[in-house]
Amino acid sequence: MGLLEIAGLAKRFGAVPALVGLDLRVEAGEFLALLGGSGSGKSTLLRLIAGFEAPDAGSIRLGGQDLTAMPPHARPLNMMFQSYALFPHLSVGNNVGYGLRREGTPRAEREARVAEALAMVGMQELAGRMPHRLSGGQRQRVALARALVKRPKLLLLDEPLGALDANLRERTGFELRALQRRTGASFIMVTHDQQEALALADRVAVLEHGRLVQAGPPRAVYERPATRFVAGFLGAANVLEGAPDAAGGLDCPGLGSTLRAPASMPAGTTACALRPERIALGQPVGGANTASGVVEDLAFRGDDSLLLVRAAGGTLLRVSHAEEDGPPPAIGSTVTMGWEAAAVVPLAG
Amino acid sequence: MRRLQLLVPALWLAGFVALPLLVVLLLSIAQPGPGVPPFLLPFAWDGGLVLRPNWEPFGLLVADDYYVSAFLQSLWVAGGTAGLCLLLGFPMALGIARAKPHWRAPLLMAVLLPFWTGFLPRVGAWIGLLRDEGWVNGVLRGLGWIDAPLPLLYSDLALFLGMVHAYLPFAVLPLYASLSRLDLTLEEAASDLGATPATVFRTITLPLAAPGALAAFLLVFIPAAGEYVIPELLGPPEALLVGRALWQEFFQNRDWPVAAALAVALLAMLILPIRLFQRLEARR
Repeated sequence: MGLLEIAGLAKRFGAVPALVGLDLRVEAGEFLALLGGSGSGKSTLLRLIAGFEAPDAGSIRLGGQDLTAMPPHARPLNMMFQSYALFPHLSVGNNVGYGLRREGTPRAEREARVAEALAMVGMQELAGRMPHRLSGGQRQRVALARALVKRPKLLLLDEPLGALDANLRERTGFELRALQRRTGASFIMVTHDQQEALALADRVAVLEHGRLVQAGPPRAVYERPATRFVAGFLGAANVLEGAPDAAGGLDCPGLGSTLRAPASMPAGTTACALRPERIALGQPVGGANTASGVVEDLAFRGDDSLLLVRAAGGTLLRVSHAEEDGPPPAIGSTVTMGWEAAAVVPLAG
Repeated sequence: MRRLQLLVPALWLAGFVALPLLVVLLLSIAQPGPGVPPFLLPFAWDGGLVLRPNWEPFGLLVADDYYVSAFLQSLWVAGGTAGLCLLLGFPMALGIARAKPHWRAPLLMAVLLPFWTGFLPRVGAWIGLLRDEGWVNGVLRGLGWIDAPLPLLYSDLALFLGMVHAYLPFAVLPLYASLSRLDLTLEEAASDLGATPATVFRTITLPLAAPGALAAFLLVFIPAAGEYVIPELLGPPEALLVGRALWQEFFQNRDWPVAAALAVALLAMLILPIRLFQRLEARR
């Protein structure tokens, strides 16, 4: 049995459905990333788990206990807010101690645990500061300490890195994962940033229009996207449309070639995903899994360049060209491309 | 251009605040005397400008229980009115701030609606309601609950009813301003950390609305301390407030210096809470 079990959860705001019969299971000690665009229902899911919204249908169970009808203050979980929501009239120490005070923890123990929580995020020196005198990164740490001080089994994080600048993001991400391992709590993180989700989580759950479209380890979801949406959202794969041919491949007129996966295409397949970094340039053209095209545009990205290549059949392909393979082809030049059968991922929807 | 922009309020303040204030200040240290106007200026031309202040009016204010009691009563009425307005205005402002967005403007409009009627008709309406042959006594008698009319008018009850009715909007507006700015995720964060709704209100909503509450209290307290019309028309005859004392000195005793001294003392009394408020504001 998982720590958190969500079954048939549904919520609509007026006429707009936010969640449609969602099932989700989170194991103890797991770091789950809820990934999706705006309006995918990921924030609504988090607010339903925290208890700030009531579901129209379905149930939420935590450690065997039914939370569905429980008010937020009675739920044994904590949340870190995207805006951090630090109480502006309380010092850092009193912000962190707020939850313990509500439990009636004795003063001495409370102070010790506040100090411990602040030390965990490296903020023990600033316990007496008021929140408005903290930097963005410091606020993020205080919010994290405040959410962890009650030692919840489940911590909800709403875009925890969203308000930080790029330099701080990577470091804080590593720290977040170290904290998760150290506390042994389950983390559910909502994010719209696929890099963040892939980098931090043990498991990624992709939401679209209030539905869970795919969940699995980051590598598996990245390499084997189930649908067009996941393929496009994670790493922006090329989605190639076509029709199955007699030999078990997918005939793609837009590509001017045929795609062939290691196994025959499942019946009814109409599209395949092909990652930009799996396409190799300068391969001999002819037969399946090869194509030729003209470079239309090129963007230097540091360790690689992204090429937009118009294939012979008219489809625009995104192709990644690694720096170590020498200078990329010039705009306007004709290139030949090839890829392994393992790079071709049939999509279900 | 910037200088010009500052010139307009500066001229306004000089002409309509500083100058009248100076006149009142000079009046308060003038010598009362017969004639029109009934005072002698506190300075004279005697080879040069010589100031001859008369401190008697201020001495009188401190020495005579009559004036001391007037100040204490004014303080009590203004403080009571401000307290009652806060007590009533807080739930009103909270209700408006938490109402659905399309309801907020009409509800605020309803709070301001009394301003559309004149001040005197509103006070007059209370007289009509509360007098012996008024509506309230009429209904109570019709129901058979009382035999003789209750002495509602010219009582402390009528006084505070009229005061609260007149000043309530001044309390609701600043309270609404501070409550509508309150970030609701703070309340969610508190409840997530285990605070019951009552505790959220006590530890988050109330402290964060405190500056608005203080502004509301002062916005009612300051004008209420000098109020003349409502106590005069609705209050008990023995109620002697600063406003009435001032009126009597000015129009009945024709002692302009004492009247001016009363006005100066009232102003001094009101500057204190204003300074306090500015201190608290600056600290935030």
